Amino acid sequence: MNCPEAEILIHALLDGELDAGHAREVETHLAGCPDCAGKLAAFRGVRHAITEANLKEAAPLYLRNRIEADLPATAPADSLAARSKRSGSFQLNRRVFAGGFLSGAALSAAVAATLAIAVFRGDEDRLIAAEVVSAHLRSLQPGHLTDVETSDQHTVKPWFNGKLDVAPPVVDLTEQGFTLIGGRLDDINDKAVAAIVYRRRNHVINLFVTPQPGAGKETTGSEQRHGFNVRYWADGGLGFWAVSDLNSDELDEFCQKFMGALHTPPGRI
Amino acid sequence: MPADDVEKARRFREAALPHLDDVYTLARYLLHDKADADDAVQECYLRALHHFDSFRGPAMKPWLLAILRNVCNAEFARRATRPSTLTSADEDHSADEPLWQEPLPSPEAELIHRHDGETIRQMIGALPAAFREAIVLRDINDLSYREIAEVAGVPVGTVMSRLARVRSMLRAAWNAEQGRPT
Repeated sequence: MNCPEAEILIHALLDGELDAGHAREVETHLAGCPDCAGKLAAFRGVRHAITEANLKEAAPLYLRNRIEADLPATAPADSLAARSKRSGSFQLNRRVFAGGFLSGAALSAAVAATLAIAVFRGDEDRLIAAEVVSAHLRSLQPGHLTDVETSDQHTVKPWFNGKLDVAPPVVDLTEQGFTLIGGRLDDINDKAVAAIVYRRRNHVINLFVTPQPGAGKETTGSEQRHGFNVRYWADGGLGFWAVSDLNSDELDEFCQKFMGALHTPPGRI
Repeated sequence: MPADDVEKARRFREAALPHLDDVYTLARYLLHDKADADDAVQECYLRALHHFDSFRGPAMKPWLLAILRNVCNAEFARRATRPSTLTSADEDHSADEPLWQEPLPSPEAELIHRHDGETIRQMIGALPAAFREAIVLRDINDLSYREIAEVAGVPVGTVMSRLARVRSMLRAAWNAEQGRPT
């Protein structure tokens, strides 16, 4: 094999497209040709950098909705909605969750001071709540849950650097019974947001962090939609949306633990 | 609506929607303009649904990407904002140049540390269309050579030579970037 042949075939080797016989021929050439061996290393670097850069774009939600709207209505979301309507839980749940969320002793006064109690009253809030649930549903599809998969908060937080206008807070709640499993970029209301993913038992919790608190006047909210519990609150100029199929009390506990950990003085986190 | 159509839509949804991000990604790299890409993806799914009965497999993703590519070529390429592409003189020049500058202790580490995703995205965006398509289908959409050949409508041998060329171009662009004072 000569160098011009090898220069083409090293790419097929890199891409796993060569059968064993050809692979051996290329490798034999590489063993005796530092030039081609150097190129293989260089191209492996190029390929690695592209695949590591996560260049796949997530289709925006409005586009997904447009395409869904073109399809005859058999959407899983539709059947979910139909199921929820039958069970009566599709209605806005106006339960004020002060009991679950605010009574926790761990919640510092500083945090409590930023919280008012409300449900999702505004249309916009409800719209966002619906999008949050859709985003949660999407994330549960195979391979969609996390872009960065790690239980290390110090890996998840920097991963968001440069991807968003804000640095979303990431805290480890493993000791409190909520395992950090990673993070992902998502799309709420056609805006890029951070999704931080936790798990309790088999239940996934998506915590969406939006750059601004919702345009709605409410600073906290609670709702059950399509069988999922949704919590919203604002803190430090950020909006937080937690959504999970976890039961209401445990999701309240999650919000409480998250805010508690967030406001723990540095050094203890 | 006839039960057949509902069943068809259900099968289509399950088969095609999981590939939406891949289709959208290719559209963004082929068209550059976001609104054009949105329209092309929507049109792609409409056509795919329409022709779903004729889909014989084996793989849905390359089939969708081939439709998307046709949509882009037929209706949207005219309107696409042209990126600054390498001239053919530049290409020939870069192909003859050494592909790296010695010494590079660890090319992989260098590339990762010095080039964040945005830089690489821009380098890919600046490539001539045929090469841009090849690298996106291979390294971002994760298609095999045979699938890329189907999507692009060229022989596998052409896919191989395009990938060899495009990686050389990216390598050259990367070296140029490295040589630039920061």
